[in-house]
Amino acid sequence: MKKDLLGIDDLSRLDIYRLLETAEAMREIGERPIKKVPTLRGKTVVNLFYEPSTRTRTSFEIAEKRLSADTLNIAVQSSSVLKGETLADTAMNIEAMSPDMIVLRHASSGACHLLSRICRSRIINAGDGMHEHPTQALLDAFTIRQHKKTIEGLKVVIIGDLLHSRVLRSNVLLLTKLGADVWVSGPPTLVPRGIEQMGVRVTTSVDDAVADADVIMMLRIQQERMQGAYFPSLREYFNLFGMTVERIARAKPDVIIMHPGPMNRGVEIASEVADGPYSVILEQVANGVAVRMAVLYLLAGGVEDEAAA
Amino acid sequence: MPVVMDGDRMGRTLTRIAHEILERNRGVEELALVGIRRRGVPLAKRIAAIIKDINHHEVPTGALDITLYRDDLMRHAVGHQPVVGRTDIPFSIDDRRILLVDDVLYTGRTIRAALDALIEFGRPKSIQLVVLVDRGHRELPIKADYVGKNLPTALSQSVQVHLTETDGRDEVEIQE
Repeated sequence: MKKDLLGIDDLSRLDIYRLLETAEAMREIGERPIKKVPTLRGKTVVNLFYEPSTRTRTSFEIAEKRLSADTLNIAVQSSSVLKGETLADTAMNIEAMSPDMIVLRHASSGACHLLSRICRSRIINAGDGMHEHPTQALLDAFTIRQHKKTIEGLKVVIIGDLLHSRVLRSNVLLLTKLGADVWVSGPPTLVPRGIEQMGVRVTTSVDDAVADADVIMMLRIQQERMQGAYFPSLREYFNLFGMTVERIARAKPDVIIMHPGPMNRGVEIASEVADGPYSVILEQVANGVAVRMAVLYLLAGGVEDEAAA
Repeated sequence: MPVVMDGDRMGRTLTRIAHEILERNRGVEELALVGIRRRGVPLAKRIAAIIKDINHHEVPTGALDITLYRDDLMRHAVGHQPVVGRTDIPFSIDDRRILLVDDVLYTGRTIRAALDALIEFGRPKSIQLVVLVDRGHRELPIKADYVGKNLPTALSQSVQVHLTETDGRDEVEIQE
C-alpha cells in the first residue's frame, strides 16, 4: 500500500485482494457483543467533509470507532471555510494539530491529490468531484464476492448517469483490474466521451446491457451536478433507463441489483426492485464499515515505497 | 535441523494433554477449546477429537486471531501490516472453562493479546493455557497449564512447529 488511498488507479491487484481479505476478517468484529478492537488506539482521524454525506461519513466514523481511533468530524457548514479559507490552508491548519489520517470528501476532482502533496497525514479519498470514490468500489467488490465468490468473468452492468459519477470510474477501474466483463449504459448525453478506452462495452440500450448480467449496478441521477438539460424528463428517463422488474427478467436468474445510494426511487430504480429479492443495497451499506476498517488498518502501517516516494 | 518431536511423539503428547485436561477438569460440559491462529487451531481440533475418543463428549472448538491486539502494531515505519485472520468462536464463552491452545510459548506476548481478545467475547469461568512447546524466555508473567514439551533454547534459535493441516507433516524442529 502507498501512503494514501487516493483512488483505485493506484492499487495493484494484490493490494485490492489484500484489502478485500482484510475486510472479510473485519466483518466479524461487527457481529461481536463488544464491537471494538484496540488496534488504532491513540491514532487521530479527521473526517473532513466538504459535501453532504450521510452514508459515507457515518460508515467511516463507525469504522474508526470500531478500531478505537479518536475521530473528529468537520462539516464545512460550520467551519472557517465559510469565512473564505482555502482547502490547502484548512488542511495545513488541521495538519498542525498532528492527526494521523484525514478522510476527505470534496466537490473538486483532485482535491485529495492536493492534500496528499502537502500533508504528512495519510489521506483517504471519500469521494472527490467526478474523479474517484475508492472505498465505494471496494465495498461493491466485497459485496459481489460475497454473492458470486469471484469477480473474474462476471458480466457487470452499470447503468445511469455515467458522466458525473465517481462511483462509476472507481468501479470500472477495479472491476476491469479483477477481470470482469463490464458494460455501461445510459442516455447518450450522460455517457462521457472515450469511456470505451477504460475497457468497457457501451450501449444505449438497457435491455441489451442487462441480458444475461450477473450484476446490475444502478447509478444515481445527480441533479445537483447537472448544469444543463441532459434528458427531457425524469419520467422519460425512468421509462428508458430505470430498473424495473420486467427488465431484470432478462438478466441471469441469480442476478444481484446494487445501488451506491442515495436512491431516487422511481427515477433510476423502481421501488419494487430496490426492496425486492435481488437487491443487495443494504448489504452494501453494512459491508462499507468492514471495508473502511480494512482501509484504515492497512494504511496505518508502514509505507512500503517510502524510500522511492 | 534437529527434529525434537516427530509425528508419533506429537500424537502421544496430545493424547497425554487430553487426559490431563480431563483429569483436572471434572465434568467436560463446561469445557471449550479456542485455538490461536494459525497453528493453535488444528491443535485445538485434534485435542477435541481425542477427548471425544476418550469419553464421547464433543467439546466446542473455536479459532482466535490476535493480530488486531498485538502490541507491536504500528511500531515499524516500513512494511505491510500483518495479515488479519478471521476469529470464529461459534459459542458463548460465558461461564465456560476455556482452554486456550497455541503451538509455541515464547515471550508470552501472543498470550497476553489472546487474553485481551478473548475477554471481549464474554466472561469465562476460567482460562487455561495449553501449548505444544514451551521454549522459555518469557517477557511477561505468563505460565502454561499444560505443556507438551519443555524445550530449553537459546535466543538465537527458532522453534518451528509443522502440522499436517498447515504444513503437510507433523514435526517440531529447532533452527539455528
